[in-house]
Amino acid sequence: MPDYETFTHDVLIIGTGGAGLRAAIEASAAGVSVGMVSKCLLGKAHTVMAEGGIAAALANVDDRDNWKVHFADTMRGGQYVNNWRMAELHAREAPERVRELEAWGAVFDRTKDGRILQRNFGGHKYPRLAHVGDRTGLEMIRTLQDHGIHQGIDVHMEVCVLALLKDGARVSGAFAYDRERGRFRIFRAKAIILATGGIGKAYKITSNSWDCTGDGHALAYHAGAELIDMEYLQFHPTGMVWPPSVRGMLVTEGVRGEGGILTNNDGQRFMFDFIPENYKAQTADNEEEGWRYTQGDKEARRPPELLTRDHVARCIVREIKEGRGTPHGGVYLDISWIKKRLPKAEEHIKRKLPSMYHQFKQLGDVDITREPMEVGPTTHYIMGGVRVDADTQMSSVPGLFAAGECAAGINGANRLGGNSLSDLLVFGKRAGEFAAKFAREQSLGGVDEAVVKKLADEALQPFANGDKDNPYTVQRDLQEMMQHNVGIVREESEMQSALEHLKVLWERTKEVGVTGHRDFNPGWHTALDLKNLLTVSEAITRAALERKESRGAQFREDYPEKSAEFGKVNTIVWKGEDGGMQIRRETIPEMREELKRIIEEMK
Amino acid sequence: MKTAVFRIWRGNAAGGEFRDYETGVSEGMVVLDAIHHIQATEANDLACRWNCKAGKCGSCSAEVNGMPRLMCMTRLSELPLDKPVTVEPIKAFPLLKDLITDVSWNFRVKKKIKKFKPRPPDAPDGTWRMQQEDIDRVQEFRKCIECFLCQDVCHVLRDHRKYDEFIGPRFLIYVAALEMHPLDTEDRLEELRETQGIGYCNITKCCTKVCPESIHITDNAIIPLKERVVDDYYDPLGWLWKKMRRKKGSGGS
Repeated sequence: MPDYETFTHDVLIIGTGGAGLRAAIEASAAGVSVGMVSKCLLGKAHTVMAEGGIAAALANVDDRDNWKVHFADTMRGGQYVNNWRMAELHAREAPERVRELEAWGAVFDRTKDGRILQRNFGGHKYPRLAHVGDRTGLEMIRTLQDHGIHQGIDVHMEVCVLALLKDGARVSGAFAYDRERGRFRIFRAKAIILATGGIGKAYKITSNSWDCTGDGHALAYHAGAELIDMEYLQFHPTGMVWPPSVRGMLVTEGVRGEGGILTNNDGQRFMFDFIPENYKAQTADNEEEGWRYTQGDKEARRPPELLTRDHVARCIVREIKEGRGTPHGGVYLDISWIKKRLPKAEEHIKRKLPSMYHQFKQLGDVDITREPMEVGPTTHYIMGGVRVDADTQMSSVPGLFAAGECAAGINGANRLGGNSLSDLLVFGKRAGEFAAKFAREQSLGGVDEAVVKKLADEALQPFANGDKDNPYTVQRDLQEMMQHNVGIVREESEMQSALEHLKVLWERTKEVGVTGHRDFNPGWHTALDLKNLLTVSEAITRAALERKESRGAQFREDYPEKSAEFGKVNTIVWKGEDGGMQIRRETIPEMREELKRIIEEMK
Repeated sequence: MKTAVFRIWRGNAAGGEFRDYETGVSEGMVVLDAIHHIQATEANDLACRWNCKAGKCGSCSAEVNGMPRLMCMTRLSELPLDKPVTVEPIKAFPLLKDLITDVSWNFRVKKKIKKFKPRPPDAPDGTWRMQQEDIDRVQEFRKCIECFLCQDVCHVLRDHRKYDEFIGPRFLIYVAALEMHPLDTEDRLEELRETQGIGYCNITKCCTKVCPESIHITDNAIIPLKERVVDDYYDPLGWLWKKMRRKKGSGGS
């Protein structure tokens, strides 16, 4: 038997970002024992990087806002393939989740009358994002962390889960190693919540942290759960493009919310060129009106820079492709121009966008209060993920729950900025609540020693492989391949070739070798992450091939139009009996009449 | 291509040595890029923490040419590259391996600080009212990314190892953020003096100098806290007055 230590919790939560922490708080408040496992230190998860804000219809800035408008905005942004029940729950419950953060010590920016201030963001009809400058994620994770540590939650830091363990159909635990010593651990639990975030590290240019390797997606898939909507991968329109070492680093949409404009190398504001039909009625058709909107004029419509991310990213790609890009292959994002309109613009920019000012000054030698930034699309967020029940967040595997970015449904084909932080709170809470309920009704499942032995052997294989292949090289080759073949603009033959490349990369992964010992060995960790990256890459590619249309974040050059037929279905990926990846389409359930009416009224 | 030599600490609690690695230098590169390059090519097992590589998570703290820095925010262009760049772990905490230290003490300290306790909501809908100017200071402290560079450079911890008697600048601003939070009704002054050792700080401002978030740790947090502690403890009339006022405040209005 391999040497390992065993820990037992009623509810085990994998991931300590916003969703995991919110779930832990809820589950422990329900009286069950809670353990959390994190690949990194507490408070460092990718949530910390979120900038713009938390979308919630508090109606503090514009009293016309309410959950129905937020629901309709979310569905429109998602091109109506969202799980409408999740979109409904999200819009209804987000305000309460934000107020709760304030009760736990969060300090949001304020309105003049002392309430939580809200800002404009792409695809949101009214100013809706509760925020703290451009560091909202930090505020959120710190508030949850500082509240959570007094709740009696056990946090296992720098521990990485390699596989879920099952007892028959249900989940019964997790197999993991601690990074510090490289020792194996078994976590036994009655219910498990996946809250592992995204998959950005499958791509070369990304805004994501090293830890966004699709762990939850892959763990769920290999445990028999279904993944849904994996073709929908959001490329944030504005990442830094220069210098090379920061390529992909996020530039918050808040820049555009505060009045920032996009221009090409002719100085032309190209976002006015093409405004999609379903947004025409609510988008400004001249610069003056757009400016007035950003300054809070309720009669004005929003500028086209605040259209949805999928659309803005494609417009930027078009400008670059047609030769109107900047010297380093991006477009210009300019906030400094507001000095023509506002007194003390420089101070205003520094106060509203302090991290952006700092980031460009320190890493790019650019003073954003005086000159434009160069930006281009960056892999940012996956709408697809573990298929869950809208109300409980349980996956198709009994006892296995998922919340946040690694779960899917709320966002449909494209996520609106700000809807992620609110998603983490709303569905983190629900996952915690229902996982605790499930745990109370169940006894502990068993753990199969033979399975554990096999997992341990697999995990140690890289030490026996010598120097046949380097895990970092395989990871880099995968990232370049996915960036090239399954990026913003997709087509059949490139994606078919991606599948071929993936086969080779799977073979190479079996051969990667590492040097050194098991103590904190990043080479070994990189080798072990490859399986997850490859699994999600394959799922994205197969789902993108299956959807022969362009919708939201999925743009197919060979099928550039939306298709009514595909508008009625989601793609589902699962692991077949033979271990191969299977795919099918499933019809989206009929929406409740009441919700249909809301969408009609808001058109 | 231009190259640079990085002299990196390799080893664990039992011992170790500096080893030299040469790597190419490109425009805009930061120290963490060099570490990654070395990791990917020559030293797969070189241990360092990092997450965001954007100065937001505070994971990649190290001492670069002897200065406590975030590796992701330290440009090579600001370092002299004609001699080796030394990169070593922070010194205030026990070494685990290479550039990684055991910072778990910080998490234990935080747990002991009394949590946020708000006054009853101001409005019937359960919400509060606060003016922006009343929270500016608290927001400054809440910018902290917990990189622990201030802890690293504080002589009370680094040289005098007062881990049982002193919580360090990070947690003094944490307490300050709670104490100055307009909604908070808890009282943390007694333990600041008794167990958290605010008296040990002799205002050398090293913490402020290394803070990557430019938080005015000493001037805006520690000195005002020291004043509160002194007022609270050594002025009996003031003490009585504040005690009554604080009680009234916590009762809600």
